Amino acid sequence: MVGAKTLTPTAEKIRRLMHYGQILQSHALHFFHLSSPDLLFGFDSEVAKRNIVGVAAAYPDIAKQGVLIRKYGQEVIRHTAGKRIHGTGSIPGGVNKNLTAGERDELLKDIYHVIAWSRGAVHLVRQLFEQHLEAWREFATFEARTLSLVRPDGAMDLYDGGLRARNADGSTIFDHADCDRYWDLISEEVKAWSYMKFPYLKALGHEDGWYRVGPLTRVTRCDFIPTPLADKERREFMAFDEGRIARSTLGFHWARMIEMLHSAEVIKDLLHDPDITGSELMAGGKREARGVGVIEAPRGTLIHHYRVDENDQVARANLIVSTTHNNHAMNIAIREVARKYLDGRKLTEGLLNHIEVAVRAFDPCLSCATHALGQMPLSVELVDAEGNQVDRLVKD
Amino acid sequence: MSARPTFLLDGVEVPFDPGQSVMQAALAAGRHIPHLCYHPEFKPHGSCKVCTARVDGRMMTSCTVPAEMATEVESDTEELNDLRRTLVQMLFAEGNHFCPSCEQSGNCLLQALGYDLGVMTAGFRHLFPDRPVDASHPEILLDFNRCILCELCVRASREVDGKDVFALAGRGIEKHLVVNAESGRLGDTNAAAADKAMSVCPVGVILRKREGFHVPIGERRFDRSPVSDQASDFAPRKPEATRG
Ligand code: SF4
Ligand code: FES
Repeated sequence: MVGAKTLTPTAEKIRRLMHYGQILQSHALHFFHLSSPDLLFGFDSEVAKRNIVGVAAAYPDIAKQGVLIRKYGQEVIRHTAGKRIHGTGSIPGGVNKNLTAGERDELLKDIYHVIAWSRGAVHLVRQLFEQHLEAWREFATFEARTLSLVRPDGAMDLYDGGLRARNADGSTIFDHADCDRYWDLISEEVKAWSYMKFPYLKALGHEDGWYRVGPLTRVTRCDFIPTPLADKERREFMAFDEGRIARSTLGFHWARMIEMLHSAEVIKDLLHDPDITGSELMAGGKREARGVGVIEAPRGTLIHHYRVDENDQVARANLIVSTTHNNHAMNIAIREVARKYLDGRKLTEGLLNHIEVAVRAFDPCLSCATHALGQMPLSVELVDAEGNQVDRLVKD
Repeated sequence: MSARPTFLLDGVEVPFDPGQSVMQAALAAGRHIPHLCYHPEFKPHGSCKVCTARVDGRMMTSCTVPAEMATEVESDTEELNDLRRTLVQMLFAEGNHFCPSCEQSGNCLLQALGYDLGVMTAGFRHLFPDRPVDASHPEILLDFNRCILCELCVRASREVDGKDVFALAGRGIEKHLVVNAESGRLGDTNAAAADKAMSVCPVGVILRKREGFHVPIGERRFDRSPVSDQASDFAPRKPEATRG
C-alpha cells in the first residue's frame, strides 16, 4: 500500500472520469440490453422477442441510442485506462496517463448527444411507468434500510465519500461514516445454504440489519445530485405517484437512468476541467500494511479491503461487492413475487419470468444470461414446510 | 569496399560478417526471424526452437547455425510459422500466463510473438502448474508462473554479473527455474536490482517492484509496433549496451 492519502488533482479527476464512464456504460448495458426487453414488451411476452435484438426490431432508435451511450462510456474508459476492458490507468498512488488534448476533444464531440439521449432514456422510463403504474408500483416491492456513499455536503458521489445508512422511513442510522473502518458498522453472516454472505448493519444485528444498495438507494438517499439535469429528474422521480415509485423495486430502473444522465453530465464537466490534461500524475505517502477502498459501483456500494505482509504480498483480502450487499434484499424481492404469483402448488412459466424481472431490477449479474440470445438454465423448486419437493420447473 | 558474403533469406540477399549466425545477420539486416531464447548480447542457446528455419533444406535453429554454412534459408513460410505457433501455444499452456494482469504485458516477447504469429487459442489443455511467487527480495519480484526456461537470467547472472543467482533444475516437464540460496528465496542471495540478470527476462518472471503498469497502454514496447517490425532492436550488440 503506497499510502498516498491524497491524489494529485489530475489523477483524481482522471480516475473519476474513468469511473463515471464505467457507470455510464454499465447502466446503458443494464437498461437497454438487459432490462428494456421486459419493460417494453411486458414480463410475460414471447421469450424469443424479449432480448436486445427484439428491441432493435421494434424500437430501432431506442436500441441504437443504448448501443451508442454504452460505446461512449467504453471510449471514456479506453482513453483513461488504455483499453475498454483490463485497462491499467489507475496505479498505486495515481494514474499512468492523463487525457491528451486530442482525446479530450474527441470525447467532447459526442458528449452533448449522450446527455440528450440519457435524458430521453429517463423520460422513456417515466412514460413506461405512467402506462403501467398499477402493475409496477407494487411489483416485488418491500420496505428496506439503505446504505450508500454521500459527499460531505450530502450530495450524490459515486466515487468517494462517507457511508450513510438510513431506515426505511428515512431516519438516519449513521451518516458520513469513515469507510476506513467499515467493519465497525458492517458485518457479514455466513449461512449454510449459500455461498454468498449476508452483510448486515452491526447496530441492528444479523436478523434485522440487512439493507439495500444501488441506484434506487443512491438517488433517493442523497440530499441532491450535483448536476442540474439529473437533479431535476431526481426531484420529479421523488414526487411521482406521491413518492411510491421511489420506494418500489422497479423504481431501480428509473433511478438507474437518472444516474446515467448524471454520469454524462459529470463527464462533460470533467472534460471541461483543465486538470484533466495536467501532468502531475503520481503522489507518494508512507507505506501502510492495510488499505480499504470504497466506491459506488454501478450496482451499489463496493468495498475492497487488503492487508499485505512485509514483502507486499496480499496476506488477507475481503471484498463486499454490490451483489452481496443486496443478497438479502433480492431474496425478499423474490419472496414478494412468490407471494403474488405462486398458489402454493404449481410453478408456472409466468412465475419464472417475474422472478427474473425482480432480480434484474437490482442486478444483471445474476440474470443477464437469461436474456442472452442463448439460454441460461434457471431451476426453481417448490418445497413444503416439511422439506418435500412439491414442484420443480426448469428453464434450460 | 569489398563485398560482404551473403546468403538468401526467403529469396532476398542478406550480407553477413564472418562468425555471425543466420539470426544475427538477418536481424542486423533488419529482417526478423521469430525467436525467444536468443538475445542480442548473449551467446546463442538454441533451446526454444522458435527460430527453426530450413537452411538449405534442413531444419535448423537459425540462432545457432553459422551464416557461412547457409546458402538458402527459408523462414517466413506457412509451414514454419505453423510449427512456431504450436511451440508458442505449448509455452502458454505449460505455465500460467494471465496477460491482462501481468505487468510485463505489452513488453513481453512471448505475448508479442503470439500476436505476431496469430495465436488465437490455447490449442492445448492448460497444465495450471502450482508455482508460488517469490517476493522476498526488497526490490525484485519473481513470478515463476511465466518462466519459459530460456536461461537468459542464468546466463546473464553467470557471464555478466558473476553471481550465479539462477539455475534450471529438474528434467523434462519437471524442469524449473531455481534460485541459488539455501532457502531457495531471492531475498537470501546477493542479487541486486542493477544486475544484468534482472533486466533480460523476455517474459514477466523477473519484475521490479513498485513499477508495474507505469507505462500506459499504447506506449509499451510492442504497442508501438509488432515484434516483427523491430528486427534491428534485436541486432547483435555488446552486453554493456542496454535495450532500447
Ligand atoms: S526467468 Fe525469464 S529469463 Fe530466466 S529462464 Fe525464465 S523466462 Fe528466461
Ligand atoms: S531463438 Fe533459436 S532456439 Fe531459441
